[in-house]
Amino acid sequence: MTAVPTGRNEALYFALRNGKLLAGLVVLVPLLVLAAAAPLIAGGDPNAYVATPASPPSAERWFGTTMFGQDIFAQFVYGLRVTFVVGVLGGGLAAIIGMAIGFTAGYRGGLVDEVLNMLTNIVLVLPALAVLLIVNAYLGVRSVGVQALFIGLTSWPWAARAIRAQTFSLRSRDFVDLAKLSGVRTWKIITREIAPNMSSYLFMTFILLFGGSILIAASLDFIGLGPSEGVSLGLMLNNAARWSALHLGMWWWFIPPGAGITAIVGALYVMNVGLDEVFNPKLREL
Amino acid sequence: MMLSLEGVTKTYRVGAFGTATLTAVDDVSLDLVPGEVVSLIGESGSGKTTLGRTVLGLLTPTRGRITLDGAPARPGKAYYRHVQGVFQDPFSCYNPVFKADRVIKMIKDEYFPGVAASEWEGRIEKSLKDVGLDPGQVLGRYPHQLSGGQLQRLLIARALLLDLRYLVADEITSMLDASTRIDVLNLLADLKSRGLGVLFVTHDLSLGNYISERAVVLYRGQVVESGPTAAVFGNPLHPYTIKLLSSVPRLTARWDGGDPAVPAVEVSAGPSTLVEEEPGHLVRRSGTTLTRSVS
Repeated sequence: MTAVPTGRNEALYFALRNGKLLAGLVVLVPLLVLAAAAPLIAGGDPNAYVATPASPPSAERWFGTTMFGQDIFAQFVYGLRVTFVVGVLGGGLAAIIGMAIGFTAGYRGGLVDEVLNMLTNIVLVLPALAVLLIVNAYLGVRSVGVQALFIGLTSWPWAARAIRAQTFSLRSRDFVDLAKLSGVRTWKIITREIAPNMSSYLFMTFILLFGGSILIAASLDFIGLGPSEGVSLGLMLNNAARWSALHLGMWWWFIPPGAGITAIVGALYVMNVGLDEVFNPKLREL
Repeated sequence: MMLSLEGVTKTYRVGAFGTATLTAVDDVSLDLVPGEVVSLIGESGSGKTTLGRTVLGLLTPTRGRITLDGAPARPGKAYYRHVQGVFQDPFSCYNPVFKADRVIKMIKDEYFPGVAASEWEGRIEKSLKDVGLDPGQVLGRYPHQLSGGQLQRLLIARALLLDLRYLVADEITSMLDASTRIDVLNLLADLKSRGLGVLFVTHDLSLGNYISERAVVLYRGQVVESGPTAAVFGNPLHPYTIKLLSSVPRLTARWDGGDPAVPAVEVSAGPSTLVEEEPGHLVRRSGTTLTRSVS
């Protein structure tokens, strides 16, 4: 074995040699590039009626067309875009709230824990869909950002509970006491000692929240509470279902969005397993 | 510089809604002076670890106070510069996802951010040498690549980087094998001769006898007997100490099939006080149950 570099380069060294991480990236990066370059690749309006309705994939229309003659490839790349935005914003916001509350409750314990736990449980039993219906009826906001915001604000409780439990078990370990004896501040103990020990757990939380946000967005789109213009992978799936693509044998309508969501969430999951091996020195040597 | 405990008591709320209380440490007073090892002896649940953690400021005493050189001890850099701890399980003292020398880097970051790298390396080398470690063998390694003895010494080396006056050693040898154990004990004795005060928490009487100047026997959170090691071990006066001493297996004796001659202990729950039976030798007495006279 060649010399292993130390410090920051060490993680990079192992990351570049980790098959799982690379495999995940190979799937994820092209999809990200596709989403970022959507206007260049697919032109202007993905919902424009541009071709013969219900035609299967061809050299001209790679993914075929919908019942109404919309280009499915154009819808797919624009849909990826919205899906990534909803996933990152909604999942990210939920992960941030969940971590803040989970770490604080788990590390502090006592009364702080009781209060935060109560808050978590209240939001947990809140019927998110009903709240959304009311909010939407009164405010009438129909943008992707607002949708992501609502998803983020309602889907953090289980993450907070899981992180709280994990923090609770880690904070009683001796290395936390040793950090205290070294005069390290509480905030630094949480971010530098406890969080790195559960980094793969935290990333996993984000992935699940990311996937969850995409699916919640898809169901919101379905009941008409989604963005009023544009397209998302969830909206494509629901359109396909609504117009009986399955019964009509139009497999090219529902397979791309379904495969897209599966590929994104699956790639993130495989990457998480890989990252765990990169950051956990015990797994590295096996 | 003296570290003293005055009437330190720690109670926990237990049971549903914290209705009951559990007194883990009950009115313990003792003084630590430089160059002296005080062993804190007791069985599991006697409160010895709680007391050790209270001295380190990891727990807040319910009553009583701890002072360092007359000033109240507050957990913080000023206090930890002089008072440090080493715990029972060396493996759990290291963050498993980082290299073992991180414990040393933490000291550098918090206490000596201004010290030049070259000078700091010299200090590390010196302190590793003091604990008998080869820098090449322990630096840059992960905790799971080192042995328990190496990890435990590295923790002591870490403490020595500070202006260390007192060390709370909580069962530091119980997870080490016999030959490493004696090395670590001799290391403590060496540090003691250089002026370090040690609170040696142990359940093992022979270790207490081996290393300490003074012994404090703890039972159900209370000090039942304390004094010079020779007096406590040579002339135990409290029934619990007598029981403890008679239940130690001896290297030369073998089990002969009979019941070991361990006397029953009756420790009354009523009020009791520490009585000075000999100069410096305190024994807990409570009116009626204890009748054994000084022999």
